[in-house]
Amino acid sequence: MLEANALECARGGRRLFQGLSFSLARGELLKVSGPNGSGKTSLLRMLCGLLPPVAGEILWQESDISSLKENYLKELAYLGHANGIKAELSVLENLRIHGGLAGDDPSEEKIGTVLERMGLGGSEASPAKTLSQGQQRRLALARLLVGNKPLWILDEPLTALDAEAVNLIQVVLGEHLKGGGLAVLTTHQPLEVTTGRTERIHLAPVNED
Amino acid sequence: MLTTLRWIIQRDMTLASRGRAGVLSTLFFFVIVVSLFPLGVGPELSVLRTIAPGVVSVAALLASMLSLDRMFAHDYLDGSLEQLMLVPQPLSIVVLGKIIAHWLLTGVPLVLIAPVLGVQFDLPPKALVTLVFALLLGTPVLSLVGAIGAALTLGLRGGGVLVSLLVLPLCVPVLIFTAGAVEASITGASAEPHLSLLGAVLVLALLFVPWTTAAALRISME
Repeated sequence: MLEANALECARGGRRLFQGLSFSLARGELLKVSGPNGSGKTSLLRMLCGLLPPVAGEILWQESDISSLKENYLKELAYLGHANGIKAELSVLENLRIHGGLAGDDPSEEKIGTVLERMGLGGSEASPAKTLSQGQQRRLALARLLVGNKPLWILDEPLTALDAEAVNLIQVVLGEHLKGGGLAVLTTHQPLEVTTGRTERIHLAPVNED
Repeated sequence: MLTTLRWIIQRDMTLASRGRAGVLSTLFFFVIVVSLFPLGVGPELSVLRTIAPGVVSVAALLASMLSLDRMFAHDYLDGSLEQLMLVPQPLSIVVLGKIIAHWLLTGVPLVLIAPVLGVQFDLPPKALVTLVFALLLGTPVLSLVGAIGAALTLGLRGGGVLVSLLVLPLCVPVLIFTAGAVEASITGASAEPHLSLLGAVLVLALLFVPWTTAAALRISME
């Protein structure tokens, strides 16, 4: 489904990685690891189409994502370093607007069950800025469950989460993969997901001459 | 496509209604700048009538610059711009939605308050009507052209001033035609040619800006 061929990435004149290839099928998980500054976030942003690769190509169902454009974005949910939630909007508004823009138009009941599951039940009407750091991360993760996208791209999804939430994410990820989804994620914390196959990529700093 | 536009506009309007200071400051800036002129120049009616078209257009131009740097900056800082760029619609549609919202929040209030301010300059009723129409055509252009500047200076320090420096020269046609239309109707000539030209500028901007701004955003977000 998702395939990368000979990707090369350079940031600020420095080459971060080159010749990176992988392929991911339904139900598979890709874990990207590496030290700070090795290009993990850049790789993830590349997979979202936010950052064009210097060389190489990214294929989704055998077509280049740069030619698929919106048809590819329809299949993808991204969680970046920043949560991407609006502090002034309520929890419910954040999910409704995001869902509406993503083309899911989720029902209130669905949002309700997702919030209950993410431990945010009862705070639907409170502005997102009144939530704690961890709760905001939970809200950002709730977006994944409200939508119904096959490909999840998660950049450090576990930051600021407590042990209970980490467990929850493992379960949720397992369900997503079992349901035929794909996931690409970076994390510094151990994350155990029961799934068919986990591919691992370790990005090491490139030594240039 | 239309639902995306609707969601973006609704989103930005709700956000603005939660922090009203931003919207009102543009309006009050416009009111105060325009009101300063009669105080500074003196109550000579013939002088006021002559400078009125220019003063109101320049003030509208400056007022709309005030809020430009915020068009994308907040969304950029909290990461929601990334999410907006991943909306499964052409980025130019998302951009157009944000521009329309910006115009509704900053341009429309200026259009509505302008006739009241025109009275301070003893503008005849016909000129006031022309002023409203000219601003109705001109202020969307300011939001549109401003969007390019806002997207290009995204994430730069001192972006606010830079946006104004980039955008103000590009807005000269709007200034000339707005002032020209009002002036024409004061002297009894037809304002139609000026308004038609303003309309042409608006159509041209609507055609090219969403696409250009989307390209600028992509570069800024890399």
